[in-house]
Amino acid sequence: MQLWTVVAVGAGAFFFFAGTVGLLRFPDSFTRLHALTKADNLGLGLVVLGLLPQVDSVSAGLKLVCIWLLVQLSGATAGQLIARTLRRGESRS
Amino acid sequence: MTDVLNIGLSALILGLAVWTIVAREAYAAVVGFIAYGLLLTLVWVQLHGIDVALTEAAIGGGLTGALLIGAAARLRGSETTARTERPGTATRWLAAGVSCAVAVALAICVLALPEPAPTLAPEVLANIAVTEVGNPITAVLLAFRAMDTLLEAIVLLFALIGVWSLAPDRAWGGRPGLLQSAGPNGMLAFAARALSPIGVVTGMYVFWIGADHPGGKFQGATILAAMWLLVMMAGLADAPPISRRWLRWLLVAGPLAFIAVGVLGAITAGAFLSYPQGNAKTLILVIEFALMPTLTLVLGLMLLGAPRRGESP
Repeated sequence: MQLWTVVAVGAGAFFFFAGTVGLLRFPDSFTRLHALTKADNLGLGLVVLGLLPQVDSVSAGLKLVCIWLLVQLSGATAGQLIARTLRRGESRS
Repeated sequence: MTDVLNIGLSALILGLAVWTIVAREAYAAVVGFIAYGLLLTLVWVQLHGIDVALTEAAIGGGLTGALLIGAAARLRGSETTARTERPGTATRWLAAGVSCAVAVALAICVLALPEPAPTLAPEVLANIAVTEVGNPITAVLLAFRAMDTLLEAIVLLFALIGVWSLAPDRAWGGRPGLLQSAGPNGMLAFAARALSPIGVVTGMYVFWIGADHPGGKFQGATILAAMWLLVMMAGLADAPPISRRWLRWLLVAGPLAFIAVGVLGAITAGAFLSYPQGNAKTLILVIEFALMPTLTLVLGLMLLGAPRRGESP
């Protein structure tokens, strides 16, 4: 169980790291957005999966899963909104 | 391990604070400030101040951040002209020196405190049973120092009146904010429909749990106000005109109920805002329930800003 947590949280941290590198290095806003949303969803998902065996109660585990789902929802919405604003800005210029 | 994390967190916060101050663009500084607020939340969690952490996340990072983003967006046009009026090097160094001196003086005061630091916490815990609430923070805010909370609620109302008073004459009494024309099937509308029920439940939970656990009306009201703003931003509902009578009554209902309970205490228990024996919990709940809609409306309307349109949508 401990090993599972270490591996999963480590993998999650790796995705966050990769996403951050992408955010800093990618050439334009669309690819940067791509890097960021992938890192959020996968990285946080892996961190939550890794932490699940460590919780004391079912409700605490459910809360962790809820946090992941909510972050996914808000991340996806924010990503769509930013991308749409970018597209509008491009067609205007 | 925890020490390493704490030192890293402190270093990150100090670095971010410096970056926020030296950032040249207002927008960049605001983004830095929001991240700073979220990191500060982690510090409060580390210090076991969960109530303060919740407030910092909701009001310090979220609400203030949103207000500042709006302000930065409005200032963007005049930012380049403002930069030419920058104060001279000597003035800026003087300001930096004075700020550092204040920080050092504060640090010395904190470090010079006797060990253990003077505290009223044992007395609060000794007397908390009288108030019948389980969360000592709530007991302090609504029983031992209720006057501070009352004045806080009134100050917020004054702040809203100040925001409204910036309205141009033709828009007075009208609807605040811009008309949102997002389509009813857009991405934001979907998010607003999916998130607002969850947000309302979370907000009410944070409000209700405040009696016995970390939480309370300010944090709960901020979440509710955020959901209200999300629905308005998605174009699913419009902001109410500020001349509506029901709106104004709701805005003063919280402080009025608070003052009424205070006067009741003056008559039955001998002092303003003291609760008669055995009824403390009921009266605290009355105040909380009356303040909740007021706070939600005040916080939401403050973010919407001054009225800019007529009464018709």
